Amino acid sequence: MENYDLVVIGGGPAGLAAAIEARKNGVEKILVIERDRELGGILQQCIHNGFGLHVFNEELSGPEYAGRFITELMSMDIEYKLDTMVLDVTDDKVIHAINQQDGYITIQAKAVILSMGCRERTAGAINIPGTRPSGVFTAGTAQRFINMEGYMVGKRVVILGSGDIGLIMARRMTLEGAKVLAVVEVLPYSGGLTRNIVQCLDDFDIPLYLSHTVIDIKGNKRVEGVTIAEVDENRKPIPGTEISYDCDTLLLSVGLIPENELTAQAGAQLDPHTNGPFVNESMETSRDGIFACGNVVHVHDLVDFVTEESRRAGRGAARYIQNKLVSNGQAFKTKPLNGVSYIVPQTVRIENVEKNLDLFLRVRKVYKNVKLVIKGDDEVIKEIKKRNLAPGEMEHLTLPVNSLTGKSFEYLTIEVKEEA
Amino acid sequence: MYDVAIIGAGVAGTFIGRELSKYQLKILIVDRENDVGNETTAANSAIIHAGYDAKANGLKGKFNAPGNAMYDEICEDLDVPFKRIGSLVIGFNDTDHKTIQNLYENGLKNKVPHMRILNHDEVLEMEPHLNNTVYSALYAPTAGIISPWELAIALAENAIENGAELKLETTVTDIKKEEDSYTLITDKGDFTAKYVINCAGVHTDVINNMVAEPYFKIRPKKGNYYVLDKGIDLVNHVIFQCPTDKGKGILIAPTVHGNYLIGPDSEFVEDKDSVATEARCLEYVKETSLLSSTAIPFNKVIRSFAGLRANSDLDDFIIEEAKGAKGFINVAGFESPGLSSIPAVAHYVVELMDKIAGGLTPRADFNPKRRKVVRFNELPEEEKKQLIKENPLYGKVICRCETITEAEIIDSIHRKAGANSVKAVKKRVRPGAGRCQGGFCGPRVVEILARELGVDEKDVPYDSTDAYILTGKTKNEK
Amino acid sequence: MEKHKLICINCPMGCHLEVTKTENGGWLVEGNQCKRGTSYAIRELTEPTRVLTSTVIIKNGFLPRLPVRTETAIPKEKIYKAMDVINKVVVEAPVKVGDVIVENILDTGINVIASRNM
Repeated sequence: MENYDLVVIGGGPAGLAAAIEARKNGVEKILVIERDRELGGILQQCIHNGFGLHVFNEELSGPEYAGRFITELMSMDIEYKLDTMVLDVTDDKVIHAINQQDGYITIQAKAVILSMGCRERTAGAINIPGTRPSGVFTAGTAQRFINMEGYMVGKRVVILGSGDIGLIMARRMTLEGAKVLAVVEVLPYSGGLTRNIVQCLDDFDIPLYLSHTVIDIKGNKRVEGVTIAEVDENRKPIPGTEISYDCDTLLLSVGLIPENELTAQAGAQLDPHTNGPFVNESMETSRDGIFACGNVVHVHDLVDFVTEESRRAGRGAARYIQNKLVSNGQAFKTKPLNGVSYIVPQTVRIENVEKNLDLFLRVRKVYKNVKLVIKGDDEVIKEIKKRNLAPGEMEHLTLPVNSLTGKSFEYLTIEVKEEA
Repeated sequence: MYDVAIIGAGVAGTFIGRELSKYQLKILIVDRENDVGNETTAANSAIIHAGYDAKANGLKGKFNAPGNAMYDEICEDLDVPFKRIGSLVIGFNDTDHKTIQNLYENGLKNKVPHMRILNHDEVLEMEPHLNNTVYSALYAPTAGIISPWELAIALAENAIENGAELKLETTVTDIKKEEDSYTLITDKGDFTAKYVINCAGVHTDVINNMVAEPYFKIRPKKGNYYVLDKGIDLVNHVIFQCPTDKGKGILIAPTVHGNYLIGPDSEFVEDKDSVATEARCLEYVKETSLLSSTAIPFNKVIRSFAGLRANSDLDDFIIEEAKGAKGFINVAGFESPGLSSIPAVAHYVVELMDKIAGGLTPRADFNPKRRKVVRFNELPEEEKKQLIKENPLYGKVICRCETITEAEIIDSIHRKAGANSVKAVKKRVRPGAGRCQGGFCGPRVVEILARELGVDEKDVPYDSTDAYILTGKTKNEK
Repeated sequence: MEKHKLICINCPMGCHLEVTKTENGGWLVEGNQCKRGTSYAIRELTEPTRVLTSTVIIKNGFLPRLPVRTETAIPKEKIYKAMDVINKVVVEAPVKVGDVIVENILDTGINVIASRNM
């Protein structure tokens, strides 16, 4: 068995930032394990720009953003293994992994950071009626084929779901010569960022049908067409609103799901609201010394936030290894109330918070001109005016630690308050 | 000139082909699809029924329980996943209880062993996630679950190892009846055989009518199913509902791979090629299944699909020489319990052949075993270590949902009756069958297939040859 | 008075902007929460530009395609023509991030650069 201070599982943006930050905070022996053939994770196929506005104050492409971290990681001589699959993480932090060079390896770590990212929801998960022909792709799979392998996946395309990857692929496929006929979203609002709707759809006159869904797929071999229809408030198709398209491809951008099979194997508890592990202020899961960050915890819209969160996990793991994390003292849980679907972190031990407490949350629906009210039990700590809140855009709140110290409350709650 | 031509490489055609390969016969199996077990065999409940449900006095009653009993040996020989987990037919009231008693009586007639009728408490003790409203159940411990397409693939592989020939993507368009033989006219040329066995599933009537008087009609019944993710604690046995005048009920069945199937409904369809799911039918499946257990987690559905049953208007299996066509045997109307019965049916067909041909000579060199399939994920740590040492490609995981290695995928491509499409790989070793449904491993599987088959990636199909995945290269590169 | 409605795309805020052409030929931008909204709105109405990202064929690389982008935004109406140029490019590995792949594309004064090492 090999020994490491810290093993980071997943070499995407989360794992890279966490490993680098742990090294900067004094952790010696670090290993990053990546299942793909190179570091960088999904960013390597996200060739569009817009990454890094917060972290670098620049607009970079995905590979450029990843590249900066990879270069830094290498300059620090942090070890990594590629094409390596972790089969198991035990609750006492033994990692079982396999690859071609080393065979079957077991590693004892002092701390573990889980940064496996997320996967795409599939056609099966959303249960589209019709045939099961070739030509139905998740947007991310299509993105990999087109951007990395250099293959086109279709000529006439309908996209179901207005998540960011779907919007990005609408533009990408259009520029590569395909005809994108429509983007169809079952909700009355888009799940993607506004800038992507403007730059990826409006720029190319691609229609976006809100409150619509795909009700039939045709074709026994390759997709030959899809039918869409408007849906009512219960998401049931409204007869008479059908539109049929002749197309050879249906792309799906219907949501991302944190990849937490290893997290569950390690015995960390999962939050049903985020589908990720419960974490504390230091990004530690319910398992002692097992940390998590990035899309494995909750799905982010911006990689910049993944980086910030992962740096916190890297610092947390470093302090854990150095026995500097305080496990007693003032503590509270966070709890989403009216209009808020989740809050990360779910627990806070105030003495481990540096200057500010960062809270991430999503709201349940679109709100205009409302307040986010933060309370400690029933006492209002802060109110923040918001002109625009949408489920597709994660909210980041920062509370100065001195606004929380010395107060005794069990729950920190956040709710949306609409104007009377 | 072949001795026997078998039309259809589903579980019936491959089983009979493999059974006949024990004898000194030149055997040809043809199928219009580009893989064996690609139609009815690929989309059904995957259950080996105990046999209490099959009508006594008919062929279904005759073959089901004996067929069931033969499964341990065949699956051992061919290394096919099979688990004898038992089944429960659950009832909720007096009427259901009467049905259960009738099924029990019918089961006795069909010589189904070890059946028991359980009361409310006994049922819930065995299956705590069933609804508390359950009244009683018929327990049949001999019922099993299997991977039907892996069975057909294994049978085809073993038949080929024993000398049979398999011709895929070969559609029989007509059959010429000659003096002492039949010539199959196909899109890939003509093939002459002394005897023909018609195992063409939903098309058996069409094939029969090419040489004999029409005397039955296949009216397929479609069934819609959901597949649930792994890692769910739901039921340990196959759970049936009592058949009522409203229908046969919806089952909950564990699969040999650790998922669950929920389904099927049953509706006649005209189109024999239509396996499209329908929202209305899936909704019916969902609602009806909740009568058995409200604990079914429908948010864990990873796929839905539909399959056809090769139902005939004669209401039983048709296993006989066609009238006026000597040496032409129909294996038709082979709906449920066809899969359960096929081992016994195959033996019976051999007997028929023996009579027709005036005696068959066994082959001395028949090998009943198939080379074992490595299922890396299921092996203990030490064996995993050893395998990677022997072949480092066992250290390269391609499908992470199911932990499938590159070595397993390559093996599935190069075996006899090997995989030549993404779906064919999935049927054999399961990359893409997990919760991501091929989102991550799909491109890698395409790459491996292209490399191993020596073709360009864009010529690797998803399923049948026309089911292309890629439309060409970007930048108009050739 | 000439009025336009726009959504600012500088950041995820996605401010809904209302832009009015004033009598003296200037622009009045409302609804933005930062200065970048004003300049975005005026530019979007007078000379819209976009950063173009794509790939080019690469020989002997780790992958068959190299991701590229325009160094800064190019005029929006030149996007398709720029794609025509980019689609014809073939480069040879190794390439470093930031290497110029197409110099001064369509005389815009803007280079197309590699967006990763390969």
